[in-house]
Amino acid sequence: MKESVTIPVSGMTCAGCSGRVQRVLEQSPGVSSAAVNLLTRSAAVEFDPAATSVETLVETIRGTGYGAELPSPEQSIEDALKAEQETRAQEVRDITRKAIVAGLATLGCVILSMLPGLPRAAVTFGQLALTLPVVLWAGRHFYTRSWAAFRHHSADMNTLIAIGTGAAFAFSLAMTLAEGWLESRGLWSPPYYESVNAIIGLVLFGNVLEARARGRTSEAIRRLIGYRPETATVLVTGGEREVPLSAVRPGDQVLVRPGDRIPLDGEVLEGTTSVDESMLTGEPMPVSKQSGDQVTGATLNKNGAIRVRVTRTGKDTVLSRIIAMVQQAQATKAPIQRLADRISAIFVPVVVSIAIATFVIWFDLGPEPAYLHALVSAVTVLIIACPCAMGLAVPTAVMVATGRGAERGMLIRNAEALQRTSQVGVMVLDKTGTITEGKPAVTHVEAEDGNADALLAAAASLERLSEHPVAEAIVAGALARGLSLTDPAAFQAHPGQGVTGVVGGRKLAVGNEVLMTAQGRNLGRFGELAIRHADRGETPVFVAAEGKVIGVISVSDPLRPTSAEAVSELHALGLEVVMLSGDRVRAAQEVGRKVGVDRVIAEVLPDQKLEEIRKLQGTGPVAMVGDGLNDAPALAQADVGIAMGSGTDVAIEAGSITLMKSDLRAVPATVRLARRTLRVMKQNLFWAFIYNVIGIPIAAGALYPAFGLRLSPAIAAAAMAFSSVSVISNSLRLRKA
Amino acid sequence: MPATQLIVTAAGLGLIAWVNYYFFLAGRRVGAASVRAGVQRIAVTVDGGYEPSEIHVQAGLPVRLDFNRKDRGSCTDEVVLGDFGIRTFLTPGKITPVQFTPSRPGTYDFACGMGMLHGKLIVTETP
Repeated sequence: MKESVTIPVSGMTCAGCSGRVQRVLEQSPGVSSAAVNLLTRSAAVEFDPAATSVETLVETIRGTGYGAELPSPEQSIEDALKAEQETRAQEVRDITRKAIVAGLATLGCVILSMLPGLPRAAVTFGQLALTLPVVLWAGRHFYTRSWAAFRHHSADMNTLIAIGTGAAFAFSLAMTLAEGWLESRGLWSPPYYESVNAIIGLVLFGNVLEARARGRTSEAIRRLIGYRPETATVLVTGGEREVPLSAVRPGDQVLVRPGDRIPLDGEVLEGTTSVDESMLTGEPMPVSKQSGDQVTGATLNKNGAIRVRVTRTGKDTVLSRIIAMVQQAQATKAPIQRLADRISAIFVPVVVSIAIATFVIWFDLGPEPAYLHALVSAVTVLIIACPCAMGLAVPTAVMVATGRGAERGMLIRNAEALQRTSQVGVMVLDKTGTITEGKPAVTHVEAEDGNADALLAAAASLERLSEHPVAEAIVAGALARGLSLTDPAAFQAHPGQGVTGVVGGRKLAVGNEVLMTAQGRNLGRFGELAIRHADRGETPVFVAAEGKVIGVISVSDPLRPTSAEAVSELHALGLEVVMLSGDRVRAAQEVGRKVGVDRVIAEVLPDQKLEEIRKLQGTGPVAMVGDGLNDAPALAQADVGIAMGSGTDVAIEAGSITLMKSDLRAVPATVRLARRTLRVMKQNLFWAFIYNVIGIPIAAGALYPAFGLRLSPAIAAAAMAFSSVSVISNSLRLRKA
Repeated sequence: MPATQLIVTAAGLGLIAWVNYYFFLAGRRVGAASVRAGVQRIAVTVDGGYEPSEIHVQAGLPVRLDFNRKDRGSCTDEVVLGDFGIRTFLTPGKITPVQFTPSRPGTYDFACGMGMLHGKLIVTETP
């Protein structure tokens, strides 16, 4: 048994180096072959996992003096997906061939039995000859696999098919070989070869459809991986070089031409362009980028060439983290699945028991020939039972929905988050950074002497030394108007109030009403002006010089353009929308009124948010939307914590759901996806249960006493194949959600 | 009731009892992990079921399960350890390692993609 691995190796500069690493690897125990590539800076090793391990191999390479790392999970995900795809494709080809052979054999059996004038022995032996390849080759794996499972005290779908077709074949064989002996005792009946062939053919055909559909459930993640370019253009002294992505290191500079994908996460050093980030955020509008801006690997550079310094590679990139999160989410189980799990664990032995009971009841109570009816009914029970539909009902929906979510910029941490999202009744929105842009800006400047620019420049010169968001807004406002700032001669910060100092020889105070009162300043006419601004949801900042208030600057955090629409969409979904804010009541209420929320909870300090969520949870499940940075405890307390950031900067791991798009409409979109997914899960589970609950008794002959109705084994096989395929197809509808 | 019917009925009931005993109560094989380089390792053969189907490991130490898939049936093509967020495709005829670190003692299930074949991972307190 061999395993292969590709290990990134660093520090090799010449063919001599790679040759040495290769020799050492080849000589280490358990390694059957090693190929070290200087260009890709990697070692491909085939080894016996019983004798060595990847960790040991990495240590061996490090022992030669070169650097080596464990292969990134991203690489292994990609390798695993490739292997999975190849295996599935081969499986589909293989089963298709077998299904065709079984189908032809069925047709042959039917034709033989209808040909006039053939002696009976010719028909039965002819049918036997047609059936042998089907049982021994096309359907062989049903028997070998069920035997393997049996030895482990377990049973699966193969067990049911194997016992069902095995019994029918054994019966038919007896009727063929011991025809005379059985007929003389009045026990002969025509063999069931065409049923054996039809069952195997239909089940195989169902397997083909199922394998194809299941391959499609992981399409989204494959597409995400496909966005990663294979190579990057690294700038080296005296030119550029095309190298594989695995060879790029943080700090390397890469050139990205228009129309190319940005290879890895980094910072723009030179050039301006616009970047299409829709594959990661679901946001169709390109984002403009210039020197100093962050860019994300896998996004598409539209129209300008840029030079980028790589900051993150391998598993640290945004794309790798998204892929890892989706992969993990797809493995999780939704609480709704628990019952289905419990049933599928006992399903097969229970069905086998029902089949035996069916045989006994028909044998004891049924019409003549009782043994024949007993056998056919028992076989039909085994064939119609479909454990696969139950096992596939929820996981396929989770896989398709999480993949679809990722494509639309909604990262769902696990299946439970999906289920809970569909159940919340209250949606709490944090104001700053979710309903609003989270970046305050100067909206209005009023100066005593009418010179607004001079007032703003003076205030900004002093605020430059403060780190408060409002101070940053004033500085940014001044710079945006092209004003030149000076260095203050003295500076003092008054936390929660503002700043004081000396600018251009004048004593200045810049801050809120509390600061002005503390300094004994009279607000004069600016006091009334400030109240009007505050009523509009703006924050007034007073400027005083030499003991007199000389103006007021209004700062406000603009609403995101789509916030109001998002709130009305949430209302349409029947949710109560609550806004949480640290602002003064009047300002918060004004913002709340503009976007149309049902309730405003204002003047909440960051550490009180958690408590507010807890109170709201008294009435039912609550979801909370925040930026994931300042409100992490509140997000964790909520039944569903939704982190919303601006573009790909978001803290991906912060919430149970992370929205990559800085647009509040993504919240109702997530609720809709979750609800649709839950609906699909319920439909699937209902179908899987009801199918078995109705199908098995009918197959056993429950309708025979009243209506004389019985199912043939071939119809049962068709129903069973259709049943599991229909569940997957239903889940695949979520690809359009 | 004629003799043949009595015999068939008795045999049927006996068979049902045996089926339920064999699949639900009889034999589980237990495997313990060997610790190498700080990792608890155990080889699990996948061939219509998991061998061993009950695995004992310690909490807090990384666990590595080397799944060796021998059969080609689609039933075993994935292994799911839902509690650890792992769903992995097992390539037939190859060893697929699965690594994770159980932090808390308890009994965890691992199963095939459809939840039909089961194994148990029993995590005990670190001594």
